[in-house]
Amino acid sequence: MNLNSTLVAQLVVFFILAWFTMKFVWPPIMKALDERAAKIAEGLAAAERGRQDLDLASKRSADVLRDGKTKASEIVLQAEKRAHQIIDEAKAQARIEAEKVIAEAKVDIEHEAMRAKEALRERVAELAVAGAERILRREIDAKVHADLLATIKQDL
Amino acid sequence: MATGHEAATNAPNAGEYVVHHLTQLNTTGHAQSSIVDFSVLNVDTIFFSILTGIVGLYFMWRIARGATSGVPGRAQAALEILLEMVANQAKSIVHSEQSRRYVAPLALTVFVWVFLMNSMDFLPVDLLPMIWQKITGNPHAFLRVVPTADLNGTLGMSLGVLLLCFWYNVKVKGFGGWVHELFTAPFGNHPLLYLPNFLMQVIEFIAKTVSHGMRLFGNMYAGELVFLLIALMGAAFGGSALAGPLLWIGHVVAGTGWALFHIFIVTLQAFIFMMLTLVYIGQAHEGH
Repeated sequence: MNLNSTLVAQLVVFFILAWFTMKFVWPPIMKALDERAAKIAEGLAAAERGRQDLDLASKRSADVLRDGKTKASEIVLQAEKRAHQIIDEAKAQARIEAEKVIAEAKVDIEHEAMRAKEALRERVAELAVAGAERILRREIDAKVHADLLATIKQDL
Repeated sequence: MATGHEAATNAPNAGEYVVHHLTQLNTTGHAQSSIVDFSVLNVDTIFFSILTGIVGLYFMWRIARGATSGVPGRAQAALEILLEMVANQAKSIVHSEQSRRYVAPLALTVFVWVFLMNSMDFLPVDLLPMIWQKITGNPHAFLRVVPTADLNGTLGMSLGVLLLCFWYNVKVKGFGGWVHELFTAPFGNHPLLYLPNFLMQVIEFIAKTVSHGMRLFGNMYAGELVFLLIALMGAAFGGSALAGPLLWIGHVVAGTGWALFHIFIVTLQAFIFMMLTLVYIGQAHEGH
């Protein structure tokens, strides 16, 4: 255990090695460690964000579903209303049609009755004239009593 | 020559074997005679400390170069664990963000480097010296493979930490502020206390630095010595009929046990050295 210049040499080597470590070993590893820490922090934050997004999305989907249900029932309600309306309208239309047909029929009937009456009147007048002719043939000239017959026909 | 087996059968006795193993390969070619001689360099300590430093840094650099912020590979994950450990320790001890940018990598370097240098102890004590003796052709060639079992190695590093402490003292408190602190702390600001204060501070710095380096050195030196003693047991295999085989079994048992325990010491001492580095630099940031 003698002392000599080895001591100085060792001191110099010591500082050179430390310098090398400081320059080429320490920074890259520290950088890698820091970067990894940042990445992990980022990943955790992203996961948290994702969870929040999921919460939000599920809430929104529930809202949309509820809206959809409300709208659907509204539509059904409206459709039912409209159906009732259409039925009512159809009924009203049918009634009007029917009334119209009935009225037309009545008019036709009246016309027919009128015509029948007319015909009947002609026929009765003819029969009456024929009867009278037969009665009067013996005693009355048809031409002489034409005015009288016309008056009778009028009264029938 | 220096293998345990040969040591027993050939000339050197146990004492010579141990001393031979604890002698550095230096630039003079023979054992350093004086306690302090700055004209000498321990070639083995320098070689193995640079080798372990380069190996450690090379692997860390390779991993760092391919580092990804995505899913890390196993090597990257392992390095990240180590790095985060050091970064957390640095954060709790050194409270200056700006200083940490240099101090934390320094602490990592210290930990990895000291760990690898200590780990040279796990190689069989005679393996590398024997190879070295074969290469040089000199059966008496010296070689010590554990740089941290050389006081120069550990004190070199603790002196580096001391210099950093000075640097941060000046940087944080300003030169004037630091000088003021040297003379007014820890006892108080009074002209009569200036000298005691200053002496206390000097003693404190010396004690910190010496204990910092000595602690690691002592642990590794003692560990190496124990490995050598265990190797001597195995070397007695060719000895007396009964004791020889028993000692050889003792070598296997004790060698295994000590190596396992030494894994713990190696890691612990590297960690302690790193922590003390951080603590001393952290103290330099705080005013008394």
